[in-house]
Amino acid sequence: MRRIYLDHAATTPTRPEVVEAMLPYFTDAFGNPSSIYSYGQEARKAVEEARTKVAELIGARSEEIVFTSGGTEADNYALKGVAYANERKGNHIITTSIEHRAVLEVCRFLEGRGFKITYLPVDKYGLVAPGDVKRAIIGKTILISVMHANNEVGTIEPVEEIGKIAREAGVYFHTDAVQTVGHIPVNVDELRVDLLAISAHKFYGPKGVGALYVRKGTRLVSLMHGGGQEKKCRAGTENVPAIVGLSEALELAGQEMGKEAERLAYLRDKLIKGLMENIDHIRLNGHSKRRLPNNVNVNFDFVEGESLLLSLDLEGVCASTGSACGLASPEPSHVLLALGVPPEQAHGSLRFTLGRENTEADVERVLDVLPGIVARLRAMSPLSKSQK
Amino acid sequence: MADPWSLYNEKVIEHFKNPRNVGEMENPDGVGRVGDPVCGDVMELYIKVKDGIVVDAKFKTFGCAAAIATSSMVTEMVKGKRVEEALKISNKAVVEALDGLPPAKVHCSVLAEDALKAAIENYLGNLKKK
Repeated sequence: MRRIYLDHAATTPTRPEVVEAMLPYFTDAFGNPSSIYSYGQEARKAVEEARTKVAELIGARSEEIVFTSGGTEADNYALKGVAYANERKGNHIITTSIEHRAVLEVCRFLEGRGFKITYLPVDKYGLVAPGDVKRAIIGKTILISVMHANNEVGTIEPVEEIGKIAREAGVYFHTDAVQTVGHIPVNVDELRVDLLAISAHKFYGPKGVGALYVRKGTRLVSLMHGGGQEKKCRAGTENVPAIVGLSEALELAGQEMGKEAERLAYLRDKLIKGLMENIDHIRLNGHSKRRLPNNVNVNFDFVEGESLLLSLDLEGVCASTGSACGLASPEPSHVLLALGVPPEQAHGSLRFTLGRENTEADVERVLDVLPGIVARLRAMSPLSKSQK
Repeated sequence: MADPWSLYNEKVIEHFKNPRNVGEMENPDGVGRVGDPVCGDVMELYIKVKDGIVVDAKFKTFGCAAAIATSSMVTEMVKGKRVEEALKISNKAVVEALDGLPPAKVHCSVLAEDALKAAIENYLGNLKKK
């Protein structure tokens, strides 16, 4: 059976061109960038060229890019790094209730160590109100962290406006841009951010590598101590092939971005429209316009997400659910709950995230099989009868 | 051998794909409804009893694949059993009959046991009223 992958927000396949660019740095050019002989110089050149490329693509300076092991480390570094470097100034951090766990769990960790965190609510579309951010700022506020776009519902946050507020208040501003870099335009000056987290495997780069943009002058402490790599910001021998892969993938994504985003948005809208027309008792989660071009998140009344997901998998369609009965947690998605979706509805949600390999035929295949799956599960559900 | 990396074994998937005894029952002798939509699973189980024997069982379930498979299995197991034997069907027996469930999904089998017990208690309660 042909498999259709519709979970690009989870991860993407590494592009063959990217793998190709990485390969020499495993074997022939295997040197340690800190070594001064030719092998080391080759590797150093590759890392610094990658840094320059990444910086250019997000409107930063190359010395403002720190390579990390991925998005989670970048978020950890931003939050803990600022928190511990600015403790004397204050202990208050503002974030939102819909952040990725790579931010939320760091906030909870910091809460246990004397920091005060404000978790801002969002409206029913998942949007944070810049006014709420402004009102939450107090004298002890040292950091604001608001994601650029939400990974579950695809809502794009008003980061520019929040950046303006942060700057006026003299508070550092971090954004988790893991879902946007490589997909929609990201420029650190336009967004007015001081810190920005990037993950390569979300834009057809390799797993295990990411970056944190750190605006010049931002005070943060290192999480990794050792050989002093990355200007003492992040010790550990650089993952040269992965860093090369990240920059290559980002460059390719940048070249194709406009056209690809348009193509994906067309497929996204076709999928949303088709689902709405063919299945009743469903709702789109997230914002209809301020939305990532590849994200579809829908909830289906009377049925549970995992049953939907597994039934789709049996048809070769790979989607995702941030919902119930996940192995990691039986709780429904914290994001949907924050949007005000009732728990019983949040349990019945599906997320489709489109990508490069997807075609119109893939969308048609989903529209072909999903109505039958929903009907079958609803016929089995004790919740549907009372509603008819 | 089952693939240790797949979430569910073949038997669970088979019961999820082709659940036995799905549907409502006209004039059931006992009905049990357990779970909560807010928690993501609700099971409704109906039984028909004749001469102290469960002659038919049906279910409707809102929940994950494990919830549906355990519902299917428990209705299969209870048919033909005397009421007092049926009361002894444990969630463990249901899990074993399905060749196992992932640890995080064992609570679904508890729901199946509870639904059956609730249906039988409802039946016994109805008897007393008569």
